[in-house]
Amino acid sequence: MTAAALRFDAIGKTFPGVKALDGISFTAHPGQVHALMGENGAGKSTLLKILGGAYIPSSGSVQIGAQVMAFKNAADSIASGVAVIHQELHLVPEMSVAENLFLGHLPTRLGVVNRGLLRQQALACLKGLADEIDPDEKLGRLSLGQRQLVEIAKALSRGANVIAFDEPTSSLSAREIDRLMAIIARLRDEGKVVLYVSHRMEEVFRICDAVTVFKDGRYVRTFEDMSSLTHDQLVTCMVGRDIQDIYDYRAREQGEVALKVDGLLGPGLREPISFQVRKGEILGLFGLVGAGRTELFRLLSGLERASAGSLALCGQALQLRSPRDAIAAGILLCPEDRKKEGIIPLASVAENINISARAAHSTFGWLLRDGWEKGNADRQIQAMRVKTPNAAQKIMYLSGGNQQKAILGRWLSMPMKVLLLDEPTRGIDIGAKSEIYQIIHNLAASGIAVIVVSSDLMEVMGISDRILVMSEGALAGELPRERADEARLLQLALPRSRA
Amino acid sequence: MSQAKTAKGFWPAFNQRKFLDDWVMLLAALGIFVLSAVFIDNFLSPLNMRGLGLAISTVGIAACTMLFCLASGHFDLSVGSVIACAGVVAGIVIRDTDSVALGVSAALGMGLVVGLINGIVIAKLRINALIATLATMQIVRGLAYIFSNGKAVGVMDERFFVFGNGQLLGVPVPIIITVLCFIFFGWLLNYTSYGRNTMAIGGNQEAALLAGVNVDRTKIIIFAVHGLIGALAGVILASRMTSGQPMIGQGFELTVISACVLGGVSLSGGIGMIRHVIAGVLILAIIENAMNLKNIDTFYQYVIRGSILLLAVIIDRMKQR
Repeated sequence: MTAAALRFDAIGKTFPGVKALDGISFTAHPGQVHALMGENGAGKSTLLKILGGAYIPSSGSVQIGAQVMAFKNAADSIASGVAVIHQELHLVPEMSVAENLFLGHLPTRLGVVNRGLLRQQALACLKGLADEIDPDEKLGRLSLGQRQLVEIAKALSRGANVIAFDEPTSSLSAREIDRLMAIIARLRDEGKVVLYVSHRMEEVFRICDAVTVFKDGRYVRTFEDMSSLTHDQLVTCMVGRDIQDIYDYRAREQGEVALKVDGLLGPGLREPISFQVRKGEILGLFGLVGAGRTELFRLLSGLERASAGSLALCGQALQLRSPRDAIAAGILLCPEDRKKEGIIPLASVAENINISARAAHSTFGWLLRDGWEKGNADRQIQAMRVKTPNAAQKIMYLSGGNQQKAILGRWLSMPMKVLLLDEPTRGIDIGAKSEIYQIIHNLAASGIAVIVVSSDLMEVMGISDRILVMSEGALAGELPRERADEARLLQLALPRSRA
Repeated sequence: MSQAKTAKGFWPAFNQRKFLDDWVMLLAALGIFVLSAVFIDNFLSPLNMRGLGLAISTVGIAACTMLFCLASGHFDLSVGSVIACAGVVAGIVIRDTDSVALGVSAALGMGLVVGLINGIVIAKLRINALIATLATMQIVRGLAYIFSNGKAVGVMDERFFVFGNGQLLGVPVPIIITVLCFIFFGWLLNYTSYGRNTMAIGGNQEAALLAGVNVDRTKIIIFAVHGLIGALAGVILASRMTSGQPMIGQGFELTVISACVLGGVSLSGGIGMIRHVIAGVLILAIIENAMNLKNIDTFYQYVIRGSILLLAVIIDRMKQR
C-alpha cells in the first residue's frame, strides 16, 4: 500500500518571546527518504514535535494526502498513522519486549492478558526487522540499536505510514547503523513517507532522496536531486551567507594568561583537554550537540568534579568543588538552558540580578541592605538595557534576550575574571543578539577572559579571537580568527563515523 | 519582549491582579471572621476569642517554619511527632531535675536535633523529603511513647505554666509568641539572604546552585529551625495542658501544611509569604471554631476539613496554569 504525501503548510510556532518556526512549507513524498537539516536551534525538533502531536502549531497545518490534520495530542498523531522515533525512546525498560510492543492495547481474554497470543503477535511484529529478539526478554537488556528496532516495530504494528527519525544513529554502532539503513530503505520501498533528521552528512547522502534545509526557524530550500548536490553546497545553504555583520568585531589588546586548563578529564569527555585563554581574549568553542562543550563548562564552573587534570587562574592553582568555589574565584557561567539553570522564574528581575552578589553587600553577610539591593538592580538593568517595566517584574515575563541580559547583570555585580557563556544567544531575536555581542566585547575589552560555547557557526566566527573545535568529547582542533571558515570548522566538528 | 510590553500596557490591570494574588486570602479570612461574628452567637465573646487565639497559636507557630520548608520545595511530616516528643521531654526533665530552664532547653534541643537529621538526610543524602520525614515522624513518635511509657507526664512546677497560661497585658502568652513568630519569620523571609535563598532554591534549585547559593547548608538550616520551632510549639502546648502527652498532635503536620497551602503557599516551592500563612491559619481556625459553636458533629467536621484541604490543593494547581 502506498501512503499519501505529507505536507507542511505554512507552519509557525511561537513560544513566549521566541519564534521557533516561521512559515515552514514543504512536501515529503511517499517512497522517499526526506532529510531535514539545519544547525542546532534551526527548528527541526520543533517540527517533529508538531508532527508527533506534542506541540500544537501557532499557525499553518500538517496535511496527509488531501486531509488537513489537527493533532491535539500524541494519540491523535499515532491514530493518523504517524510515528516519530525520538532520540530518547519511549519504552519501558522494566517490561518485556512484547509488552512494550503492545502497551496500551495488550491482547486480553476476559480482562486477563493472553500471554500466548501476545508472544505470537510480538513475533509477527519483529519478523524481518529483528528476528533474533526474544519477545519475552526484558527490554532493558537489549542494546540501544535493538531497542530502536523495537520502537520501529511498534510503529509499524500500529500501521504507521509516516515515520520520522530524530537523530537515529547518534548512539548506534557502525553495524547497527548499516542495519538501520537497510530497514529505512525497505520502508521507503514499501511506499512510506520517511523523514530523517541528522547532522551526519554521509548518512544523508547515503540514504536520503531529498533534503530540506532550515535556518533560524525558517525554511531555506529543498533539494530534490541528491546526485547533483555537493557537500559544500549543502553546508553553505545550512549556514546562510546573507547575514549582515551584527558582530561588530574589534581587535583588542590581550594580556597575560587568565585561565590555564591542563589535561582536564571528567564525565562526558573522552580525552584530556588542555588550553588557555588570555585576559581580554574571546575564545570560541565550537562543536555539534554531544561534542562535550557543555560538559567541559560543567567542569570549569565547578558543577561537576574533574577526574584528572588541573586548572590555574592567573598563575594560581585552583581546585573547584562546587559552583561556589568557581564563583568565589571569579569564574562565572551563563548556562545554556536559561529557563532550567539560569533564571529563577517566579522571582523578580531584581532578585535574579542580586542573588549572587548580595552576600558581599549585606550586614554580617545575611542582613539585606535595601539601598544596595535597589541600587544594584537598577544599575544593572540600565547598564545591560534590560527591557522591563520595573525591577519588581517577575523575570519569567521577560523575553529570552532580556533574561540573558539580567543574568549578565547578575555576574557584572560580582568580581569577574573569566566569563563562560554557553549558547549565549540561542532563541534570542536579532536585535537583542547584537546588544549581547556588544556587552561581550566591552567585557573583553575591560580585561576579562571570555569563553563562548556556540553551535552557531557565524556567531563563533563573528565574535571570537580564536576558536577551539570539539568533537565527540575531545578537542578536535584550534583555528585563529583569520583562518577560521565554515568548511574548516565543520570538517573538524563532524564526528568521524565510528568503526 | 512582547510579553514585557503587554505587561506595561496593562500595568494597572496587572497590578490589580498582583494585589489580589497577595491579599485575597487574608481578605477571605477577614470575611469569614465577619460572617461568623454576625451569624454565630457568642463568637465574639471574650472567652471564645481567647479560645480562637489559642487554637491559632500552635498551628501558627509551626506554620511559620513550615513556610520555609514549602518555599524551598520540600515539606516536613515529622512536626506533629516533634510537638508530642518535646512536651514529653520537657515534662520528664522538669520532673527529674526540678529545672524549668533545663526542661525547656532539652525539649528545644531534641527538636533541633531531629530537624538537623531531617535536613542532612534530605540535603546531603538526597533522600526525598516525604520519605525522610515520614521515617523521622514515626521514629520520634515512638521515642515519645518510649520516654513516657505511653502515659502523660504531668508537670507540677508552676513556673512552666507561664508559656501556655501566662498573660501579658491581658493577652495570653502563646498568642504573643505566635504574633512574634509571624513578624520574625516574615522579616527573615524578606529581608535576609537566608530567606531569599530559600525562595530561590524552591523557585529553581539548579539555577540557585549555579548562582552560588549554598543550597545544602540552606536546606539544613531550614529543617533545623523547623524542628526547633516545632519543639517550641510542643513546649507551649504541654504547658497549656500541664503535661507532656505522647499521643498528641497526630495528623498535626497535615493541618499545618494545609493551612499554608490554603493561604497561598505553593506546594511545589518558590511561592510563599508570611501573609499567606497568617491567612491560612486564620481561615482554618475560624471555620473549626465556628463549627464547634454550631455544634456540628465531629464526624462532619472531618469531611469539611478534608474538603477545604482538597480545595486548597486544587487552587494551588490552578494558580500554576
